[in-house]
Amino acid sequence: MATVTEAPPLAPAPGTKPPRRRGRWTPYLLLLPGLLWLLVFFALPVIYQASTSVQTGSLEEGYEVTWHFATYWDALSEYWPQFVRSVLYAASATVLCLLLGYPLAYLIAFRAGRWRNLIMILVIAPFFTSFLIRTLAWKTILADGGPVVGALDALHVLDVTAWLGWTAGDRVLATPLAVVCGLTYNFLPFMILPLYTSLERIDPRLHEAANDLYARPSTTFRKVTFPLSMPGVVSGTLLTFIPATGDYINADLLGSTDTRMVGNVIQSQFLRILDYPTAAALSFILMAAILFMVTFYIRRSGTEDLV
Amino acid sequence: MTLVNWLKRHLVVIAGLLTLAYLLLPNVIVTVFSFNNPKGRFNYAWQEFSTDAWKDPCGVSGLCASLSLSLQIALWATLGATLLGTMIAFALVRYRFRARGAVNSLIFLPMAMPEVVMAASLLTLFLNMGAQLGFWTILIAHIMFCLSFVVVAVKARVMSMDPRLEQAAQDLYAGPFQTFVRVTLPIAAPGIAAGALLAFALSFDDFIITNFNAGSTVTFPMFVWGSAQRGTPVQINVIGTAMFVVAVLLVLVSMVVGNRRKRQKA
Repeated sequence: MATVTEAPPLAPAPGTKPPRRRGRWTPYLLLLPGLLWLLVFFALPVIYQASTSVQTGSLEEGYEVTWHFATYWDALSEYWPQFVRSVLYAASATVLCLLLGYPLAYLIAFRAGRWRNLIMILVIAPFFTSFLIRTLAWKTILADGGPVVGALDALHVLDVTAWLGWTAGDRVLATPLAVVCGLTYNFLPFMILPLYTSLERIDPRLHEAANDLYARPSTTFRKVTFPLSMPGVVSGTLLTFIPATGDYINADLLGSTDTRMVGNVIQSQFLRILDYPTAAALSFILMAAILFMVTFYIRRSGTEDLV
Repeated sequence: MTLVNWLKRHLVVIAGLLTLAYLLLPNVIVTVFSFNNPKGRFNYAWQEFSTDAWKDPCGVSGLCASLSLSLQIALWATLGATLLGTMIAFALVRYRFRARGAVNSLIFLPMAMPEVVMAASLLTLFLNMGAQLGFWTILIAHIMFCLSFVVVAVKARVMSMDPRLEQAAQDLYAGPFQTFVRVTLPIAAPGIAAGALLAFALSFDDFIITNFNAGSTVTFPMFVWGSAQRGTPVQINVIGTAMFVVAVLLVLVSMVVGNRRKRQKA
């Protein structure tokens, strides 16, 4: 937590290389255990998974690599709705997180005054209650006939969302809206924290300067604040979109069989149906799709020094 | 007109506070429903006030066993990930070595990968090796995904360190070991602590990777997941509320102590 509230670090001047130390082997010894761990338990499994996806066979007789690429085609043609749904839900949740999170991050950075630390604690504190328990709480909040659903119904909001296909009848639970609401809730702090970090670095004198030059508050925001907060926007959207795409908890707890995401399919193929090649192929496609989208997005947004 | 102006001026504050309410509403519900006495097996609808669950938090079989298992795993995973991650962070900031780009991407990729992909691929590795799923496979997995976050947290701190402090220590005839223990480590400590806290929170609350690689072992999140299918005991809310209160208190106490120290120094 300390890293979040700290002032921007006094980085050494750009261009200075790390100093050379006497021990030539020291860096390799320092790196070895951790990197070995990541190689064996992160990189190697990805390779194993790739090989599993082109195997055929059965649980009883064992599997063999037969380069059966048709598994990919079959998996995609059977489960493309779940893929599309995952991307749609995750994208909606990301946009909602940005819309909801930006004002709060802005509030903490510029308007909170002496309440800043308290609000910061309140943003982080929910993390300490298991997120599954908190997600289950949404079952109570969105319960059929409960106050929230009742209010939405009275305001005819449910008619609009039902027309859009986000809800069904007078229910919110077990609909896409509930799943997106849960996803938004679960990943909101991952949007707020990077936004706050980049907003906090903005020199307040820039706002004064814009004001002195007769810029209206909205112009100041559009021309000064928002562009300078772009690194936070980019990393916040990535930190929200990536985990949301692979999530299956919200779809399982708050959704129905019509809201299944690709994570649900991978989970049930792996843990219940035990069709390992199909599950591995699906997981591999998801990984490739995410890496592709993320690379494209980082290129487009022009902030390649994120990592 | 004045009201409209006031609203206009405070629009950001109002929107921000609404978001904060959205973030905290589930915690309020969890707390309130820890005092519920539900009729059926599920604790989703309010029935009547009761403190039964608070008097007997371990009253549900398996709940406290899963909690203690989660704590153990989180502690060991924190220790392992912090040790390995701190070493990597120091190597990255302080030394020149070959294949830096490859090393960086190996550290970055686990954070840019949906958990379900890591979980599934790790399971294929364990199945191929014929490993017995349980405590050790969970621990291995947790150290793996916490590692990168520790590296990022420690790296940020070490990068902001003034290297001249260490040079000064050496000029004053401190050996490399003495310099490290008495100068480098104390300055890097907040970064290491932040990394360790993050690792603990990530490991303790992890569900997806654990769900794939736990076999029949039940951690606390897995207990909650199982009860969401079979019936949610009120005790889950009690544990959730207690965790929230303890965490907020710890943060507040550390802030007060920190402020007092700052004032004493000033």
